[in-house]
Amino acid sequence: MSQDDCVMLERLQRAAFGYFLQAVNPANGLVADTSRENSPSSIAVVGFALAAYPVAVERGWMARAVAVERSLAALRFFHDSDQSGSPEATGHRGFYYHFLDLYTGVRVWRSELSMIDSALLIAGALTVSMYFSAQTADEVELRALVDALYRRMDWGWAQNSGTTISHGWKPECGFLRYSWEGYNEAIVLYVLALASPTHPIEADGYKAWTATYQWENLYGYEFLYAGPLFVHQFSHAWIDFRGIQDRFMREKRCDYFENSRRATEIQREYARRNPHRFAGYDEHCWGLTACDGPSNAMPILANQRHRLFGYAARGVPYGPDDGTLSGWAALASLPFAPEVALCAARNMGRLYPEMVSGQQYASSFNPTLAAADQRAWVSAGRFGLDQGIVVLMLENYRTGLIWRLMRDCPYIGTGLRRAGFRGGWL
Amino acid sequence: MLEQRNDPSSTLPGDAHERERLGNVRPSEWRNPRPGAWYNLAVVGAGTAGLVAAHAAAALGAKVALIERNLLGGDCLNVGCVPSKAIIRTSRLYAEMRTAEQYGAQVPANIRVDFPSLMQRMRAIRARISRADSVHRLNEAGVDVFFGEARFTGGDALTVDGAKVRFKKALIATGARPDTPSIPGLVEAGYLTNESVFDLTELPRRLLFIGGGPLGCELAQAFCRFGARTIIAQKQPMFLPKEERDAAQILSDAFARDGIEVRLNTRAVKVRVENGQKLVDLVRDDYESTVAVDVIVTGTGRVPNVTGMNLEAAGVDYDVTSGVRVNDFLQTSNPRIYAAGDACLEHKFTHTADASARIVVQNALFLGRQRLSALTIPWCTYTDPAIAHVGLYVRSARAQDIPVKTFTIPMHDVDRAIADGEEDGFVKIHVKERTDQILGATIVARHAGDMINEITLAMVAGIGLRTLARIIHAYPTQAEAIKKAADAYNRTRLTPTIQSLLRRWLAW
Repeated sequence: MSQDDCVMLERLQRAAFGYFLQAVNPANGLVADTSRENSPSSIAVVGFALAAYPVAVERGWMARAVAVERSLAALRFFHDSDQSGSPEATGHRGFYYHFLDLYTGVRVWRSELSMIDSALLIAGALTVSMYFSAQTADEVELRALVDALYRRMDWGWAQNSGTTISHGWKPECGFLRYSWEGYNEAIVLYVLALASPTHPIEADGYKAWTATYQWENLYGYEFLYAGPLFVHQFSHAWIDFRGIQDRFMREKRCDYFENSRRATEIQREYARRNPHRFAGYDEHCWGLTACDGPSNAMPILANQRHRLFGYAARGVPYGPDDGTLSGWAALASLPFAPEVALCAARNMGRLYPEMVSGQQYASSFNPTLAAADQRAWVSAGRFGLDQGIVVLMLENYRTGLIWRLMRDCPYIGTGLRRAGFRGGWL
Repeated sequence: MLEQRNDPSSTLPGDAHERERLGNVRPSEWRNPRPGAWYNLAVVGAGTAGLVAAHAAAALGAKVALIERNLLGGDCLNVGCVPSKAIIRTSRLYAEMRTAEQYGAQVPANIRVDFPSLMQRMRAIRARISRADSVHRLNEAGVDVFFGEARFTGGDALTVDGAKVRFKKALIATGARPDTPSIPGLVEAGYLTNESVFDLTELPRRLLFIGGGPLGCELAQAFCRFGARTIIAQKQPMFLPKEERDAAQILSDAFARDGIEVRLNTRAVKVRVENGQKLVDLVRDDYESTVAVDVIVTGTGRVPNVTGMNLEAAGVDYDVTSGVRVNDFLQTSNPRIYAAGDACLEHKFTHTADASARIVVQNALFLGRQRLSALTIPWCTYTDPAIAHVGLYVRSARAQDIPVKTFTIPMHDVDRAIADGEEDGFVKIHVKERTDQILGATIVARHAGDMINEITLAMVAGIGLRTLARIIHAYPTQAEAIKKAADAYNRTRLTPTIQSLLRRWLAW
């Protein structure tokens, strides 16, 4: 990697971390979902923020004491939060509502008690508990809080009497009727559910979920199919999947890390083909994923003739695809495919500088919807998840810090082994 | 005037086409014949299964009685496949007119949907196709046709219209009917089903389809393309829950492009009429809403016709939900009596009814031992793009611990699909891992129904992808996608070891 690339990565990673400084409520450690006005907090973004604090400490962007203080604020808030499951509570049975008021911490938007977002929160919490290992009063308290939060999560209840884990629950109507179908970002969720010392699920839950996998030969690559790019990244932010295999991957003679590399290549192949003939797409300009996006409901786009999907999980090769790409998603593939991810990051940054402001990536941009000045349509504000995945994946690429911390986390090892993973560092 | 009409014979208007069709499938002057002393085969129900069995058995020399209480041809001809495909064709034409620019053509000025005219075309097509199912053809084939209600009087006899029909073997092919959801106010407000929707004489301005099954999807898309505001509300949280998720995703996008509003995980809980419009209360999780429509079409499944025939007297077991109980040879609990088609099968398709009827003729009359489970049954939902499937889904293969790999060719990689502007879709062929044995396939494409037949042929004939790769496909055709999938399989045979050997060979 060239010196220029090193400088670029440092710049982008530090700016992405800057989001967590800008969007945090220091009183309770909650972090806003987006930088938009009146944004509530997303519990998953808090998880990413927690995991980002050790990165910031290591890189000298934040003092250790401040990082501990920020972490403790969040952990104490969740620990002491209303777990009654009432419509105005914060959580229930150790899980939390997806969106919380940034100041009061109570549920907003009638959001669901979200299993995956709770898992990402607790993954972040486990990361800080592995990093802050000193025997100071604060760090001892921090580790105790994390353990208490994890032990409180009732994973068996989250199965809703079935084998797989439910998407969510609402006090108004009970469990949502959606289930995880096909490969997605939920490995970390299952690993945590399997490893719980208090309320673990049986291994057949993982087997039932992986039974919905599809192994496909597409564009000359064989891979475990999932359309949106973030699916191939989110669990990898925490877990080092290099060289470890579950039963499915043993059967396919592959691993999830290599699979994400292939998924990255398939994004390039799709963009090169560009079946819908959107502006900008080519092998160095891609990144279809879950993101904000233009919508026909926006007054300035009301006359657009092709359909626009707003916030959606865009994916390849079956869509939805409305010409909207995410720069951060291409960069977050760095650990899997460094050359192609760097090349895309440089190229997209050069051609569409408007998608980066203050060195932070916008959620998405759409060159097909260019304004009169030729600048691409750009999603307003910043999204916490996007900044979080950039911080974590760049760190994993640069030093492997998060992977190293989580490899040493006994819960992660236990969960992976119970899911049938063997080999490699495990 | 729109009203609930569940009697397909009440189709309006009574034009020449309708007179021709009814003259074929239920002539008013018809007099039932005097029954013979006995029949080799008595067939109850003259839908697809009944007609196929009657013709096949008669052609082989059997004495056959065919009893029908309503119209020959059953659902497929009168209220199912035939009329729906006829109006779908017109709806595609309108869709293409509106998107003509995509093909470098001009959008016609003043596109006006002539609903009465397209329905007249549908009736003309239905009348023409009814000739093949006509009572006269059956007579010429030597089949005794009786119109009326059949009632079994014992294990070897039944009555129809006061006459006694004795049989050595019988076939129950009574089909199925639409299941009506029990929603308060629905009956009072009036609703249509697939049986009565083809009676419409005016295009409703707003339609609500309750249930997102294949036929509901087909009709919803057609009516939307005619210009009606169309909503589908279905209980299941996933669109087309039985299909592969990618197939459902593509169709979901296509529906959104057409302007169909699909409401998943949604139950209709109450219907009322106000100011001449139907107000339907919908509930999704904790979200309640009300939609105002002009017509409600229910499509929440089909229930077998098994009551009213006194099957108890014949010793035939049945269940009002799953239908007549049959074994793998399609034999009922009375060994002399068989069943076929929608009356007993899970897969309620015309071609399955046809195939099961042929099994019954062999097994009932010629000591055959053909099994239902040995059939390879494709099916297709004729939306645009269409979704066709045959064999196993990946999920069912993996549930059986069969390692499976899928060869996927997106239609945007197929030259003819690009030239046709029909790039939405894919061919996915599922094979057993490390073999070329085809376990199943799903095709999403404009002409998926035609394309799936090649895969079905390969599966029935035991042809694997290796052989399919050797089949020269005419270029350019959309079915070339299948050849491309087979080529992709062949490339996987080039393991690093073989590649290294080839390099050494070529280095000489």
